[in-house]
Amino acid sequence: MSQPDLIIHDEKDNVGVVVIETTKKGQECSAWIMENDKTVKVNSKNEVPLGHKIALQDLNEGDTILKYGHDIGKVVKSIKKGEHVHVHNVKTKKW
Amino acid sequence: MEIPKSFLGYRRENGRAGTRNHVIILPVDDISNACAEAVANNIKGTIALPHSYGRLQFGADLELHFRTMIGTGKNPNVAAVIVIGIEPKWTKKIVDEIAKTGKPVEGFHIERTGDIGTIMKASKKAQEFSQWASEKQREECPLSDLWISVKCGESDTTSGLASNPTVGNLMEKLEPYGVHLCFGETSELTGAEKVCAARGATPEAQKKFMKTWSSYNDFILKEATNDLSESQPTAGNIAGGLTTIEEKAFGNFQKIGNLKFIDVLEPAEEPKKGKGLYFMDTSSAAAECVTLQAAGGFNIHLFPTGQGNIIGNPIEPVVKLTANPLTAKLMSEHVDCDVSKILSREMNLSQAGDELIKTMLKVANGRLTCAEALGHREFVMTKLYRSA
Repeated sequence: MSQPDLIIHDEKDNVGVVVIETTKKGQECSAWIMENDKTVKVNSKNEVPLGHKIALQDLNEGDTILKYGHDIGKVVKSIKKGEHVHVHNVKTKKW
Repeated sequence: MEIPKSFLGYRRENGRAGTRNHVIILPVDDISNACAEAVANNIKGTIALPHSYGRLQFGADLELHFRTMIGTGKNPNVAAVIVIGIEPKWTKKIVDEIAKTGKPVEGFHIERTGDIGTIMKASKKAQEFSQWASEKQREECPLSDLWISVKCGESDTTSGLASNPTVGNLMEKLEPYGVHLCFGETSELTGAEKVCAARGATPEAQKKFMKTWSSYNDFILKEATNDLSESQPTAGNIAGGLTTIEEKAFGNFQKIGNLKFIDVLEPAEEPKKGKGLYFMDTSSAAAECVTLQAAGGFNIHLFPTGQGNIIGNPIEPVVKLTANPLTAKLMSEHVDCDVSKILSREMNLSQAGDELIKTMLKVANGRLTCAEALGHREFVMTKLYRSA
């Protein structure tokens, strides 16, 4: 049971959360999926700090971000797999 | 872990048990703060609870003010109460309600006497209460005497990953012992409102939750002048990696584990349906929320934080936990329970839940929380609208 670089809540999620101090550009990250205890790999395209999210797949404008297996907002600027996902490319559907 | 069956608390006249033994000096209104603080300064073993309101309020806003004042006085963590207001009528109303618990309470009004005469009279009574309360001894109380409220703050993604689920794990483990539990933060369930409503134990509880949430959401949309960026999520939330209110809401919601809530409470309303989990309609601002939960009668609070919220409450001890390793390291004086090892998988959720139970029981037995040791006494009234 090695220390993960990312944690993913749910198998359906398309983002994972960085749980090390920061990822390095090009770093191969091991991502632990809490729901099913599997581990997947993803290359971090940016330096992404602790607590921030990384895309697990390519995402287009209008796509829905899934975390906890639920809709947490919409993509407003296309995102490549491994890129930082945050307020610059995702917005709420609520307010 | 075998869960201890009891803690050491202060048995009160009405049968409830407290985790603390405070003698409070409660000002009815803003202009009585100076007097209340002077009394607390005179008499050791008492604390004043200054606040900003209590004049010319009306309707539901005034009712909430009274409910908060009265509930604070009735809380079992409070041994005795001195109430000080400018006018006799509202002062007496609060005294009479607190007196129903059977605890010592006395009111003083300032009009026609002035601060100095009032301070003298109230100080004499406060001294009597303080010395009386100091004789009280802790005794063994069953876990069911714990009324546990929860609220998270300065959340980040580590809150939803680990510290909030740790609270959920504690709730799942302690619910069978007959504890009362309470979560709130109406606006911070936005995005998860339907999933949360479905956790209502009855169709009535579900309907009541949706009505409460919709009304709060309508109010926010009516008053909003922008997209609420920097308010929900806050700048601190965003720095910690939270992107949208929906993401924050699903993280927040982890605090109740797999439990169902049996009723929806008004702000500062005391639960009346017995043991179990309640939802209380509250603001998501930390001090406002905890003040309302304490006024609802809750006697110990669990507060998961991500980026490091430092809140305390004058009467309800606030136990803080974090799963963010940087917060645990950089703000260690604020962290009662460090569960950051969940993120490195050196600790699982159940182990973290056990750690939190142990920490909470130490605090229930009398250990000062970090917030108490650091002097945090945030007592913040919720105001619904402008005064008349």
